Amino acid sequence: MLSGAELQNLNILAAQWVAPTIDYHGLAPELVLAGGLCLVLILDLFIDDRKKWLLSAISSFTLLAAMIPVLTLGLSDVQVRSMFDGRYVVDNFSLVMKGVFLLSGYVVVLLSSSHVEEGEYWRGEYWFLLLTSLLGMLMMTSSRDLVSIFVALEFLSIPAYMLAAWRKRDARSNEAGVKYFMLGVFASAVMLYGMSLLYGVTNSTLLVDIASKINVDGEFSAVHALAVVFVVVGFAFKVSAVPFHTWAPDTYEGAPTPVTAFLSVASKAAGFVALVVLIYTAFPLAQDVWQPFIWVLSALTMTVGNVLALKQHNIVRMIAYSSISQGGFVLMPLAVAGMPGSGESALRSVVLYMIIYAATNLGVFAVILSVSRKTRSGEISSFGGLFSYAPALGVLMTVFMASLAGIPPLGGWIAKFVAFQSLVQSQSSWGYTLALVGAVNSVIAFGYYGNVMREIWMRPVPDGDSTPIKTPGSLVIALAITSAATLIFGVLPGIGLHFADLAEIAGAISR
Amino acid sequence: MNMLQENNWLLSVGTFLPMVGVVLMMLMPKAQDQSVKLVALVTSIATLAVGIYTAFKFDFNQAEKMQFVANEKWISVIKSSYFIGVDGISLPLYLLSMVITLLVVIYSLDHVPSPGKPKAFFSLLLVLQTGMAGTFIAQDLILFFVFFELVLLPMFFMIGVWGGEQRQYASIKFFLYTMFGSALMLIAFLALFFKTGAESFSIPYLIENGGSIAKNVQIWIFAGMFVGFAVKVPMFPFHTWLPDAHTQAPTQGSVILAAILLKLGTYGFVRIALPILPIAAREWAPYIGGLAVIGIIYGALGCLAQTDMKRLIAFSSVAHMGFVMLGISTLTSFGINAAMFGMVAHGLITGMLFFVAGSVKERYHTLEISKLGGMLTQMPHLGWIFGFCTMASLGLPGLAGFWGEFPAILSAYSPAAGLNESVFRVFMVIAALGTVLAAAYLLWLYQRIAFGTPKNAAHDGHSNHDELHDVTVYEWVAWTPLLIAILVLGIVPNLLFKVLDPAVQVTLSAFGG
Repeated sequence: MLSGAELQNLNILAAQWVAPTIDYHGLAPELVLAGGLCLVLILDLFIDDRKKWLLSAISSFTLLAAMIPVLTLGLSDVQVRSMFDGRYVVDNFSLVMKGVFLLSGYVVVLLSSSHVEEGEYWRGEYWFLLLTSLLGMLMMTSSRDLVSIFVALEFLSIPAYMLAAWRKRDARSNEAGVKYFMLGVFASAVMLYGMSLLYGVTNSTLLVDIASKINVDGEFSAVHALAVVFVVVGFAFKVSAVPFHTWAPDTYEGAPTPVTAFLSVASKAAGFVALVVLIYTAFPLAQDVWQPFIWVLSALTMTVGNVLALKQHNIVRMIAYSSISQGGFVLMPLAVAGMPGSGESALRSVVLYMIIYAATNLGVFAVILSVSRKTRSGEISSFGGLFSYAPALGVLMTVFMASLAGIPPLGGWIAKFVAFQSLVQSQSSWGYTLALVGAVNSVIAFGYYGNVMREIWMRPVPDGDSTPIKTPGSLVIALAITSAATLIFGVLPGIGLHFADLAEIAGAISR
Repeated sequence: MNMLQENNWLLSVGTFLPMVGVVLMMLMPKAQDQSVKLVALVTSIATLAVGIYTAFKFDFNQAEKMQFVANEKWISVIKSSYFIGVDGISLPLYLLSMVITLLVVIYSLDHVPSPGKPKAFFSLLLVLQTGMAGTFIAQDLILFFVFFELVLLPMFFMIGVWGGEQRQYASIKFFLYTMFGSALMLIAFLALFFKTGAESFSIPYLIENGGSIAKNVQIWIFAGMFVGFAVKVPMFPFHTWLPDAHTQAPTQGSVILAAILLKLGTYGFVRIALPILPIAAREWAPYIGGLAVIGIIYGALGCLAQTDMKRLIAFSSVAHMGFVMLGISTLTSFGINAAMFGMVAHGLITGMLFFVAGSVKERYHTLEISKLGGMLTQMPHLGWIFGFCTMASLGLPGLAGFWGEFPAILSAYSPAAGLNESVFRVFMVIAALGTVLAAAYLLWLYQRIAFGTPKNAAHDGHSNHDELHDVTVYEWVAWTPLLIAILVLGIVPNLLFKVLDPAVQVTLSAFGG
């Protein structure tokens, strides 16, 4: 029961309360997406089975429509739109990443549509879950508060758990979903614990407040360090950094292939977005804690991911380990992000890497989906002789593999280059040694990327079955988009770098 | 550095013209092998025509200056630009790459190696050409790196798809070695960039500012570049990919590998490593020289032990590139001129030897030296051509090989100031011994293959003598220019030295003359 005085106090407070002003333009991408996913959910109830293809059309249309406000926001004069006392911010970084998420979402829809139509599964729910997860990602790019980050994280993760287990009666798919769920929840718990510690020591959930309070007198207590490390660990799970990667291979292999594409690109990028935002806005002064930690994570992730990828026979599993190792390359510049002069270039490198990696990896999955329509196999050897009966797919897969391996003039090289650049720029022994580790790893990586090329070009067709592959139109579009992006980013790296350079986080303290 | 900017479109056209051919071929339907070949031929002729026009427009009186310079924005965020130009050092190699590609295309018209697929084969050849030419004209480290790497994949596929029995092993070995080198090289480039104030990747700029980097830092940066270039050369002990790659590669691949790709490494030393990091170069020179002479002797001994003709020629490349590196390590204009000449000569001669080896393989179905013999009686033309090439290769005066090898040895007598003379004189003696060994293995090879009586054991299954036809028209067309060039450069070496020398002098100005 409240006493009279307390009630009076509350009344006074209530009178002072003003509704927050909401910038609808700033929220427009999220609103469009929310509208689209409601439409999908409702329509799914009323249209009959033969017309369910409409849902995929609506989904892709929604994603493209949501791009429009992203573009108008990018062109508008207002550089930074801050809502809810700075807890939800639309700045250039969030706009660039929103664009990346929406476009990768669009490509994932293209990858999924034939797969979804041909399976006997719940189509409406598939599109609904996909769009919901994407909405969570858009929210993540703008969240600048521990609470909104956590909400966005769950918003994007929970539909993803369900998507991974989407093939209901398939044991592997169930395993994928359960494993992903269990470890994801565990990671959330660790992170929440870290966040509660952070709140305890800084008395705020707003990231910029945390930044100013976490290191007032230049000294750390164990609690501060623990809080930072726990939060970083939470996202290390999300980006499947070694040793928090164990869920990734099983989940990637078991989940439906388009979902794997989505998880390995968009979901991973969302983890990096959160990590970057936290590092740059909440922990800029705690670099002594997270820099060595990320250094170790990055070196381990690259190396372990690579070594395990070398041994794989299943293409999706190999790509899973490859994407773990690529994650290590994304993390690489963050290990020196707190050093003078490296902050800006590290951010640029992470953003650029995510853009190019998204294009290339989605392309890889587009080829895998096309080829597996014929071979019905996930073995790497099923790519044998691909060039002889499907030269276009063979060349495209070669292009994507070479890009992942970082060979000029394909996109991957500039991503790796900028990451190395940022490391060397720090002119510190930490930076140089990690650059060497990265250099050795990029050579090892060719071992397995080259192996796929070898299958495609130099090995015989398994079973001698060389009937041509019929690629559905949606996959052709996806291949065209991803391969064009991979090539253009590689030959004219200025384009990708332009966007990566634009991406500044408002309120970030970087040196 | 002075630069001439007239006709600055020439180099871009010459470099990227092959890509136009590739695009055209891609658009063609699968079955039209003849038109694919035609496109490849026309493209490479057109490319060479542009190259010759470039040489015609080149101002030989100012060979030390960068000419046809174009400098456009490319990746402004990281301060790298599309900066190209040629001087006396680049031009011969730039042209050589075009000539070799055309001749290889002509040779391939009649000899697409198994398993066929001419469209892919010719496309890769032309992509290779773009990468090679681009490397020689790039005046920006990042651009250089991109072109340097561009040649990797086509070569990987050329060895891996069209190669011999062990092709997959050889191709991946080739790739991993080179990639390891270039990864370290890239980090060295980046370190160089930041240590010179993060202003530019342009080579002339770095030459101006690189000298001021502290000595121990220079030594480390040089180490990174050294690995990158030395793998490509290849220098002992990074050479082990070469015999495998050469032996397994199809004839065309071997020719290009020997004639051009190996030169990318030595060119990198002369163009980038030495002038930008003169202090480190001086520190490193004795070690480079030492590895070079080890390479000479090791390569020669390796040759003596080989039973496979192609593998023997591959090992002889290790030895020859050792002479080139010895010339470079003296840091004198005499030595570097010799090295540059040696690069061109080795390209012509060893390229030719691999052509001959390819034709031997095609006719006898084996390259085992013990199964060959009596070539002069069976195919006198081929036998004489082979003889001519072995003589050139062992450095007979009057042929091109002499002018690369002999001055390189001589230059080690008096290396640049500051280098230990007695050490280099020891190198000189060892290298001279290497020439004796070279004569031994090449003459022995020639004796076993060309002299004596034919051994028909090699083609028991198909003993019809029609197969042993002498040199064909395609082969004559592809080979004659090389043979003439070997002879002409042997008699009038000044043709080349005159172009090289001014540019070499400029390169060496970093060492104070």
